[in-house]
Amino acid sequence: MNGLIGWFSKRQDAVIAAAEQATLRSDRFRLEREGDWRRLETIVARIEAGRIGAISDDDLVALPALYRMLVSSLSVARDTTLDAATLGYLEGLAQRAWFIVYGPEVGFRGWLRRFFGGGWSASVRAIGPDILIALGMMVAGTVIGWLLVAGKPDWFYALMPAEPGDPRVPGASRAALYASLFGKSHRTGLAVFAAFLFSNNAQVSILCYALGFAFGVPAILLLIHNTALLGAMLWLYHGQGLTLELVGWLSVHGTTELFAIMLAGASGLHIGRSMAFPGQRAVLDAAADAGRRTATVMTGVVLMLIVAGLLEGFARQLINATAPRLALGGLMLGWWLLYFFVWRGVWRGRGARR
Amino acid sequence: MALWPRRRTGRAVISAKARRQRVIVTAEGLRLPLTLASRGTRAAALFIDLSLIVLTIILTTTLILLFAHAVGADKAKDGTAANDLIEALVVIWIIAVFLARSAWFLWFELGSRGATPGKRMTGIRIAARPDRDGHAARLTAEAVIARNLLRDIELFMPLIFIGGAMAAGSDTTLAGWASLAWFAIFAFFPFFNRDGLRCGDVIAGTWVVEAPRRKLDPALSLGQGAQGLSTLTGAQYRFSAAELAIYGEYELQVLERVLRDNRPDALAEVARAICAKIGWSSGAGDERAFLDAYYTQLRARLETGMRLGRRKADKHDGG
Repeated sequence: MNGLIGWFSKRQDAVIAAAEQATLRSDRFRLEREGDWRRLETIVARIEAGRIGAISDDDLVALPALYRMLVSSLSVARDTTLDAATLGYLEGLAQRAWFIVYGPEVGFRGWLRRFFGGGWSASVRAIGPDILIALGMMVAGTVIGWLLVAGKPDWFYALMPAEPGDPRVPGASRAALYASLFGKSHRTGLAVFAAFLFSNNAQVSILCYALGFAFGVPAILLLIHNTALLGAMLWLYHGQGLTLELVGWLSVHGTTELFAIMLAGASGLHIGRSMAFPGQRAVLDAAADAGRRTATVMTGVVLMLIVAGLLEGFARQLINATAPRLALGGLMLGWWLLYFFVWRGVWRGRGARR
Repeated sequence: MALWPRRRTGRAVISAKARRQRVIVTAEGLRLPLTLASRGTRAAALFIDLSLIVLTIILTTTLILLFAHAVGADKAKDGTAANDLIEALVVIWIIAVFLARSAWFLWFELGSRGATPGKRMTGIRIAARPDRDGHAARLTAEAVIARNLLRDIELFMPLIFIGGAMAAGSDTTLAGWASLAWFAIFAFFPFFNRDGLRCGDVIAGTWVVEAPRRKLDPALSLGQGAQGLSTLTGAQYRFSAAELAIYGEYELQVLERVLRDNRPDALAEVARAICAKIGWSSGAGDERAFLDAYYTQLRARLETGMRLGRRKADKHDGG
């Protein structure tokens, strides 16, 4: 009879008759409402199992009313009944129904639509100051890397662990360096290489974000360390007059990848900053606010790294000249800047009305 | 053996379960009690999830290998079409592993159950932490993402470092130990706060609560026995006000539990204890009817008092 009792069915009459015979008032209360409770329980169980299609329209329409009725039943029961089983059942059901009625406001697909339709770029704009700080850190890291290596070339080995057979060491000839930029070493297995790069970079950027939890300090260190490497490389190729070629080689995927790493670092900084300076809020509340805001950014970062991995694995190896490489890198940078900072999204207008 | 398990009072002996009780206030003004999941339960849920993830990865790998073998691609030479196929399979594999690790928790916790398979099996789910006044908040997709992004430094990084330390043996450097200690802070974070939050919960504004799925047990006060009539002996049990005034709500609940468990030895013992207390001479064999009657009449008395604003918490309570 699970929840199938109609409002005025014969069975309902039988229930009322039984209720009249019950000795205790609290039992009469329970018997009169039990059908509705069970009906709600059935609906909730179906939604929990993800079988929304199995719920009739009547039931879906009745859900809010049934929930409110349950809430009032529970309030009354707390003051009138000492039946622990009824109270426990009502509290458990109220909790389950609450999670359904006040569940996540959108499903996975709806969330995806909102994410691409402006939620992502809005969240990027929301951490603007942190992005500027992260950018500053990255520029500083590059300069530091350059200056360190320029002052004492031994630093190069400290920044970049030497791999046997790697031609990119101080004192390398121009030809060797040139070959490293326009070589065809990864011509076979490009796809594997791209997937591996993505998986690896995603871990690093998630780490960068997660470490923001420790007040942002590790995120800063990670940013500086990674870009110091870039500075050292720039110095190395600059020495042989290959700066532009290196920039082109890097820019194909680098504009996307460095952008993503910058966003990840900025997200970490944002959390660290909100925890260090929570203002009027409690530290936990501030951290939670910041965490939710930057979670959207981080989802985007992972997507950007997929794009970067594809560019690095395929485009960079397939395009073997500096000018098209620069054009592609510039195009990607322009696209991201437009998407994040110029385009205001289709979601924004609808969200404001909500 | 005392009849009623001694009621625990005083701060020091509050049970672990009571310490995990929280109350949130819904938009309707309803005070909803929640029980935080214990750390042990959460560890068990995590273990189940990790096992399932590993299983998924093994299954995917096997399927891909079987497929490659079936089409004969595993003996291909460089530059052939079959080689490209292998490449594609490796890419699928890398992406599958990444998804299994990162998207498993995300996908399941975004569902209406708010729980991964491991959490479902252990009867827990995630929920949004209420604000400072206890007002309930909605769980959002962003919160679920945030809490799962932090899993890397809480779980995988400490494992990597512990593994590294073990591999290095006694040669572990100072830096190795330092990083191990650093990541241990994250791994043991839940033990250093009241709500058992891990770092991901702090960042996302979530916590993990028990999700009880209770059945509605039949009311005990409806049967024949509840009317005071014994089906076995035909005796009619009626208790006077003085005989009912001895016990309070706490004892009523214990009695309810005993009746629901319905174990003959427990029933007999409780019946004996009540008889001794109210000065009846206890017979044997008809305990169930006796206790049903006593339960119903005690509940009727206490509920009447409740409606008049008089409550009696337990037998020591004067009210």
